[in-house]
Amino acid sequence: MAIAAAGGKVFPNAKAALADIAHDGMSILSGGFGLCGIAEHLIAALSELGVKQLTVISNNAGIDDRGLGLLLQSRQIRKMISSYVGENKEFERQYLHGEIEIEFNPQGTLAERIRAGGAGIYGFYTRTGAGTKVAEGKETRVVDGETYVLETGLTADLAIVKAWKGDPEGNLVYRKTARNFNPVMATAGRITVAEVEHLVDVGELDPDQIHTPGIFVQRILQGDNYKKAIEQRTVRKRVSHAVVA
Amino acid sequence: MPWSREQLAERAARELRDGFYVNLGIGIPTLVANYIPGGMKVVLQSENGMLGMGPFPFEGDEDPDLINAGKQTITELPISSYFSSADSFGMIRGGHINLSVLGGMEVSERGDLANWMVPGKVVKGMGGAMDLVAGVKRVIVLMEHVARDGSPKFKPSCELPLTGAGVVDMLITDLAVFNRADRHAPFDLIELAPGVTEADVRAKSTASFRSALRATA
Repeated sequence: MAIAAAGGKVFPNAKAALADIAHDGMSILSGGFGLCGIAEHLIAALSELGVKQLTVISNNAGIDDRGLGLLLQSRQIRKMISSYVGENKEFERQYLHGEIEIEFNPQGTLAERIRAGGAGIYGFYTRTGAGTKVAEGKETRVVDGETYVLETGLTADLAIVKAWKGDPEGNLVYRKTARNFNPVMATAGRITVAEVEHLVDVGELDPDQIHTPGIFVQRILQGDNYKKAIEQRTVRKRVSHAVVA
Repeated sequence: MPWSREQLAERAARELRDGFYVNLGIGIPTLVANYIPGGMKVVLQSENGMLGMGPFPFEGDEDPDLINAGKQTITELPISSYFSSADSFGMIRGGHINLSVLGGMEVSERGDLANWMVPGKVVKGMGGAMDLVAGVKRVIVLMEHVARDGSPKFKPSCELPLTGAGVVDMLITDLAVFNRADRHAPFDLIELAPGVTEADVRAKSTASFRSALRATA
């Protein structure tokens, strides 16, 4: 399979970037924390392509009509591997009816499993989860009186990530807390597809400031009209500047 | 009179020290940020990938790319830095964070914490709580002393699934403060809310603890 387009890594849009690789039953790493830094165009394309029986690895499950919520509504997801899914009512309904499977990983363990997977490390011992349900059925080891749990590396057929800027080489730069799981997930997809707000020419990104080197990215596209929904809008009142000190 | 939510947060803030890197959980622990003593430098970590969390933005300045672990819009400070989730939990698991303040459903007399799952109810997930209690140097739990039905939440052992075993260093409830010297020591009752007696606290706890109340005026 040609992983890159004939002209290189750049694709015209999200659907074109996924059309020949998306398939039923595939595993997908999906970047983002809540709705922050999610690959919204690639998720929409998966929804449009209608691939089913997906295993999705993502810290959260979106909200009802946004993010991965779109793929939950259309029942395209068979299993989620996540740390927290509390914001999605449709997920709750499917879970209570036994329509979807969930594997909870502690958030740091999830991040490290993906990092390990992308870095070719079979597994690691961590204190996280020792003595809890998370450790059930897993190998444990006691070192200097501390119990550690063996967690294994995690990779997937596809990783979909979102960056702020990218270039045709696949180099990526993220913005603020929209970085979150995206850089580790980019390393752990057998194919990684990145969507960016600004696709710039080679040479425009400062090589010293690149967060994800292009080797990890097989396909890239520029998205438009980003919705970037906010889950919890919290503000403080502007203090009047009329007061003279 | 039991302490209010704000007073719990204010009491927890007295455990902050100059130069601390601190992670605050969702709910009452978030309020601790409002009581950082003036002149003290405390750097707040947000586990979704930020050090140096600033206050909520002014209306109109919200940035969807800038949120905390509770998915609330926040701001950056001149000292702020951003990093990946893997680096974030490297800080947490690696013992680089001085203090974590978390909410609790149950705490045992051995310092076990349960705060993520009620069997038979909808399970939302543990988020970063298990990593925080496993890796942060000092863990303070803030919770109501008893459940809504009046049953004790400070118990000989937790009935709910654990977040971590033997991980709690200090417990602050609306009635009292318990501390322990290390993670193998029993808890000492060190403070009472105004008008609350040790007998009240014992009547509402099934956990065993030592009394170490300082003489009060």
